[in-house]
This record gives sequence, C-alpha cells and structure tokens, in this order.
Amino acid sequence: MLESLMYAILALGGFALFSGLVLAISSKVFHIEGDPLSDKIDALLPQTQCGQCGFPGCRPYADAVASNTVDVNHCVPGGERTMLAIADVMGVEPKAVDEEEATPMVAFIREDECIGCTLCIKACPVDAIVGAPKQYHTVIADHCTGCVLCLEPCPVDCIDMIAKPELLEHWSWPLPDTQRAQTGLERRESHHHD
Amino acid sequence: MSAFSDFAVILLSAVLVNNYVLTKFLGICPFLGVSGKTETAIGMSFAVMFVMTLASTASWLVQQYILIPLDLLYLQTIFFILIIATLVQFIEMMIHKVSPVLYQGLGIYLPLITTNCAVLGVALLNVQQDNTFITSALYGFGAALGFALVLVLFSGLRERMEGAPVPDAFKGSAVTLITAGMMSLAFLGFSGLVKV
Repeated sequence: MLESLMYAILALGGFALFSGLVLAISSKVFHIEGDPLSDKIDALLPQTQCGQCGFPGCRPYADAVASNTVDVNHCVPGGERTMLAIADVMGVEPKAVDEEEATPMVAFIREDECIGCTLCIKACPVDAIVGAPKQYHTVIADHCTGCVLCLEPCPVDCIDMIAKPELLEHWSWPLPDTQRAQTGLERRESHHHD
Repeated sequence: MSAFSDFAVILLSAVLVNNYVLTKFLGICPFLGVSGKTETAIGMSFAVMFVMTLASTASWLVQQYILIPLDLLYLQTIFFILIIATLVQFIEMMIHKVSPVLYQGLGIYLPLITTNCAVLGVALLNVQQDNTFITSALYGFGAALGFALVLVLFSGLRERMEGAPVPDAFKGSAVTLITAGMMSLAFLGFSGLVKV
C-alpha cells in the first residue's frame, strides 16, 4: 500500500519536474529579445488605448517612440507629465503636448437632445459616461479624460467639449511661474553681489 | 485488410465520421471563439494539430511505460493534463519566437488549448480503444484535422454571415450556434461512411 503510494508520488513528481525542466530550457532557447526601451515607454503610457496619438493603442505608440519615428508629445490623456517622463527615458528635449491639452477639456452631453442610444457609453475608454438605453446619459466630469472618443459615435451630435470646470475639491495652488521664480532668483543673487 | 487501408479508415473516421466538434461536441470553446476570421482559424488549426498529435503520442508513451507498469491508472487524467499543459506552453514559446504575427493573431486562444477538452478527449479515447503507438498518433492527427476542417469551414460561413441581414433577436452567438447545429446535422450524413 505504502509502496504504491510512493510510486505514485515519485512518478507524478518526477514527471512534473521533467516537464518543468523542459519548459525552463525551452524558455531559454526561445527567448525573445523584447525591446526594453519600448517596454519602458509602454509602462509610462496611461493604457486607455484611446488612439489619439494616431496609433491603434498604447503599445504601438510606445514601439514607434522607441524607434525614434515619432515625437514624444502625442499622448493626450497622459498630458505633460507623461510627455516629460517619456522625454526623460528617450533622452530628448521635452516638447509641448498637442494643442488640445492646453486647457483640460471634458465632454458634456446636452441632455435634452440625447436619445439614449448608449453608443457613447460603449466608446468611453474610462467608463466616465453613465446612462441606460432610452435614458439621458451624462458625463462624470471627474472621470472624463477629454479623449473625444465619444464625439464620433454620437448619432445626434449632442456632445460638446467644454473646459474642465474648476471645482473646489480639485483646486490647488497654481504651480510657481518658472520665469518669475527665475528672475527672483537672479535678483537675489545680484543682491549678494552688491 | 492492409495496413495502409487501416490507416485510411482511422483517418477518415476521425476526420469525418467521429468529428470531435460536430459529433462528439468536444472543443466547442475554441470552435466558437476563434472562428470569427479565417486567418486566425487557420493559425489555431495548426496549433491544435501540433498539440493533439504530440499529446496523443506522448500520452500513449506515458500510459504504456509509466502508468501501466506502476499500476497508476487512477492518475491518468492528471498525467495527461500535465502533458498537454507542458506542450501548450512549449508551443506558445515556439510560436512567439518563430511567428510573432501568428502569436498576436492567436492571442488568448493559444493558452486556451490547455483547457481544450478535445485534446484531453483524444488522449483518453486513445487509451480506451487500446490503440498502438502509430494508430494513436494517427488518431490524434486525424482528430485535429477534423477540428481544423470544421473550424476553417465554419469561419468561412461566419465571415459570410457578417454581411447577412440577420434578425435582431438572432444576432451574435444565437445565429452562430444555430449554424453550428446545422453543420453538425450535415456531418451526421457521414455516419454511414465508415464502420468503426
């Protein structure tokens, strides 16, 4: 009894070990040299797969950036922070992100015109539109990334892009104006010289 | 009966008469999942062909040289699943290296071969039918060939159906399943072809 149990454990364990070894060896043999650079860039992108960069998704854009064929500033949802991070990885000069991002925009649905077709809900990559069939839809401004993907499927064109309303809970001190800070620094330094 | 006609009968019965998808209803998940486009269907067919043939030979070897001598037949299922899982992993790595395009096309369905019950079904039926080494390899290959045939035919049908005016209530999986049922009926016509 005990003996047959030992056989069973040994046979199955041994076979599993053998399979593991085969897989380990073949993973070395068939190792793929992934492009570490495009992996890094892909990790920086927001992964909304919105396609505003002109590529079918985040990964293709990362590949294109890594191969130096496009600029680093095409990711609209990622904004300036993503652009700076990519520029840092690529070792190139940062460039301003595409125009639209200058003022953050959000989608706004004119509810009295909405027919409740749910097409924009399906298009939204971040699930920022709520609504049900034959009911008005509305945009959760907090979640909207301003990617404009919902504009195109809307059959009655009732979606506008509006400037993101500044709410109290999101308000923060404006970033220091770099130019003024610099002149201030210079002024202080010139004081030292006196 | 000569050996050659024996082989022909085995192949014919595995491909047409006992078709795994349409008469035994095994491997339905990849059958419905990958049949949207002919291109991926062909890729999947080759992957399954490779896995099934190798899995049925490997499982035969394990059955004869490990399970029977050690009297471990009750471990049959777990052993066979181990073989299939290893093979699928191996093939995934190989396809990733050899053909990245095919790898992208197969996507999630490649790991799904692991849970493709048709592969396990072939391995188990092989030992049930007391097949020899050669016939079990042939049986596995034939079953995969049948799977490939049905998958490619069905993907062709589905590509045509894309443009067909299907009533709203039948759109999507409903009409797909109805078509699969009709194909299965058609394949019943082969049942008198070979006596197995």
